[in-house]
Amino acid sequence: MRYLDKTAIENISIGAAFLGTGGGGDPYIGKLMAISAIEQNGPVRLYSVDEIADEDFFIPTAMMGAPSVSSEKFPNGSEFVKVFQKLSRYLGKDNIAGTYPMEAGGVNSMIPIVVAAQLGLPLVDCDGMGRAFPELQMVTFNLDGVPATPMAITDEKGNIGIFETIDNKWTERLARAVTVEMGASALVSLYPTTGAQMKTSGVHGIVTLSEQIGEIIASKNRDAKDKLEELLQLVSGYELFQGKIVDVIRETKGGFNLGRMNLEGIEGHKGGNMDVHFQNENLVAEKDGRVVAMTPDLICLVDFETLSPITTESLKYGKRVRVIGLPAHEKWRTAKGIETAGPKYFGYDYEYVPLEKLVNKAVTDHV
Amino acid sequence: MYRIGIDVGGTNTDAIILDERHQLIHAVKSPTSLDIKTGIESSLRQLLQEAKIDKAQITHAMLGTTQCTNAIVERKKLAKVGVIRLGYPATASVPPYTAWPKDMVDILSGSYSLVQGGYEYDGQLLGEVDEEEIKALLDKWRNHVESIAVIGVFSSIKNDQELLVRDLIQEEYGEAFPVSCSSLIGSVGLIERENATILNAALCKVIAATTSGFIHALEEEGIKSAQVYLCQNDGTLMSIDYAKQFPILTIACGPTNSIRGASYLAQIKDTMVLDVGGTTSDIGVLQDGFPRESSVAVEVGDIRTNFRMPDIISVGLGGGSIVRVSDSGAITVGPDSVGYRIGEEALVFGGNTLTTTDIAVRLGLAEVGDKSLVSHLEEDFALAVQAQIAAIIEQAIDKMKTSSEDIQLVLVGGGSIIIPDQIRGVARMIKTENGNVANAIGASIAQISGQYEQIYIYSREPRESSLKDAEEKAVKQAVLAGAVSETIELVEVEETPLAYHPENATRLRVKVVGKMK
Repeated sequence: MRYLDKTAIENISIGAAFLGTGGGGDPYIGKLMAISAIEQNGPVRLYSVDEIADEDFFIPTAMMGAPSVSSEKFPNGSEFVKVFQKLSRYLGKDNIAGTYPMEAGGVNSMIPIVVAAQLGLPLVDCDGMGRAFPELQMVTFNLDGVPATPMAITDEKGNIGIFETIDNKWTERLARAVTVEMGASALVSLYPTTGAQMKTSGVHGIVTLSEQIGEIIASKNRDAKDKLEELLQLVSGYELFQGKIVDVIRETKGGFNLGRMNLEGIEGHKGGNMDVHFQNENLVAEKDGRVVAMTPDLICLVDFETLSPITTESLKYGKRVRVIGLPAHEKWRTAKGIETAGPKYFGYDYEYVPLEKLVNKAVTDHV
Repeated sequence: MYRIGIDVGGTNTDAIILDERHQLIHAVKSPTSLDIKTGIESSLRQLLQEAKIDKAQITHAMLGTTQCTNAIVERKKLAKVGVIRLGYPATASVPPYTAWPKDMVDILSGSYSLVQGGYEYDGQLLGEVDEEEIKALLDKWRNHVESIAVIGVFSSIKNDQELLVRDLIQEEYGEAFPVSCSSLIGSVGLIERENATILNAALCKVIAATTSGFIHALEEEGIKSAQVYLCQNDGTLMSIDYAKQFPILTIACGPTNSIRGASYLAQIKDTMVLDVGGTTSDIGVLQDGFPRESSVAVEVGDIRTNFRMPDIISVGLGGGSIVRVSDSGAITVGPDSVGYRIGEEALVFGGNTLTTTDIAVRLGLAEVGDKSLVSHLEEDFALAVQAQIAAIIEQAIDKMKTSSEDIQLVLVGGGSIIIPDQIRGVARMIKTENGNVANAIGASIAQISGQYEQIYIYSREPRESSLKDAEEKAVKQAVLAGAVSETIELVEVEETPLAYHPENATRLRVKVVGKMK
């Protein structure tokens, strides 16, 4: 067990924006909520997965909806506890042992810190994605057959709903429709999980990893190259490209922010070209017409100099970036994982090949 | 007919006179005074004495000033602000002033209230304004606040609630009471817009003092009938009345004036501009004659805001930058500088500090001071320093580029003598006559603009009519700021689709520009 203070929250929010792979919303508002919550209630306890009991129950809380809405109409602050307690009462359990982030990337890394601070509960160092994904069934617990419901959903006005669905894709479908009605931003508590389930089906150590990523990125007066090397070593990642954004094509479809950006090589990649396709998150990267990384592996865009993560909503013509590829958690690389969040699910006609293989293949071809 | 332009920079206050064909009649440069005001007065006096024109012929006077920026950075002369946020019960999780520097909150008094109101993302009502609630609040705040900031959730979609609250405040506190409405200041992103609105509200006393001081200085010199304007950071002007409503828009107008002036002097509308000062250099990009705008949140005095700002890179290199050689023989240039003491400290002026200006003189790029005082410098060494200067500029230029193609660069500013003719990535370098007062020229040739931003839902209001609506509203803003409506044209359209929205909602921002009255 250790305590998360303001500095830890700052760093986690940076790491979460990195693991958000362009989506998951800018954790800025979430960070302010978390800081304001610990200023009122004191620091939050963080437990590792080994420190929790198998038979205890844990409930995550998350924000659902459009990041640009939550940057304008953010919560009252009482919804987190309300939706958490609604679900715990519905489950008939008044002794929930703690909370954890459903999604490590983006704004949802911060909401459980608020809940933990307000309820005095511990936070568990574990999530259900190891990154950010846009849909509720794209969760490692789902891959292992853990139901998303019963689920509670609420808005800042006080409306509350409970869902029990026939499967987790229906949870996504119904929750999304309600979220739009609630003003395109809602709070959900779902995937009630036992300690044992977290041990077998969660992505462990993710809060700490986010914090370490944030620490490296935030460290001052250091050469970008040294920082990058340390970062890549920490996450077993690869620098896929150094480029300048020369074109961004966007459209909104079915409630998602879709698009493609084109990068022109700079520095060590002069003369090269990269296309990155995104649907909220960055999903496929093609270098000189050939795929070099694809979902569920992570494709992270960072500022060329500072390594600050860049969200797809803030992509800017002319911005100089580094494209970093990270292998996804092993659960995503199973057949069920690829079926749930692989390239075909998002409409890209590629067979999934792990990042390491694609990178090594490119190197061999080159030689 | 003459126009006067004054630009107050960190080091110098520049003043110029243009005739009706925009020809430069006279220019003076004098040090910026600590109180700014006396520097403006003395440069104006010197300008008029030397130019010997008929003062009655002066029709326009423009001022580009750093006073608002300084007031925020130095926390001086700021008003006590009351913040009214319309949107409760939403948004209470992050109250106003979260993450602000504490000394700033204390100075502004930190008064705020979250009240009912606001809209949803699609324009549906989130909450209705309760007039009694507002009036009770105003009773409580009477004589405690000097200015009020009003921020409504999604007021960028509908701002009638903000305007209603403004009217209520002015009914209670009087017509002249300063009220800043967020929908007129920043874009979507409540916290950043709120922060910008609070700063705007806090600046009401500074801008009042600045404008009356400028008008007074003009009158002292016998200029009584000129139209008076202030420079905005987008390269356009605002009337005094408008400036009093939006003082925050003067922030960063200095670099904007320089690149606008450079565009005018070089007669080029699309180019990159390098403005070299004494300590730093600014690089900006002109698109169709106006500076490219920054698209990321910008910090002003450690406070995150989202009002429009020019996209400028500053590097620590100028005419007074100090040149050093380490024990290992490595050469460094800047970022520290002898600044305004260059006239005493640089070698060519008999001083003891090796500066970039000395290198320029040694290489014959400039004729200032006594060149025999630098003849002892080896030519190879001077060339190595010059390569270092070129490398700093090359890197900064590259950051601002939007493609790998070589760019065209217009060079202005008093320190521009230190810049070598060849820079990698630059196809063509243009040096202009009078480039050392480009900022004051930029101040005096500016036009009047208007901007409007709103989220439109194209499936309900088609793109064409949405564009038309936004343009009409922007034109209204421009007319309010002092533009002649017949001359107004559309110069910028920015569309950003919103994620998750089922009906193709798009944030649309348009900008128009017209000639001054």
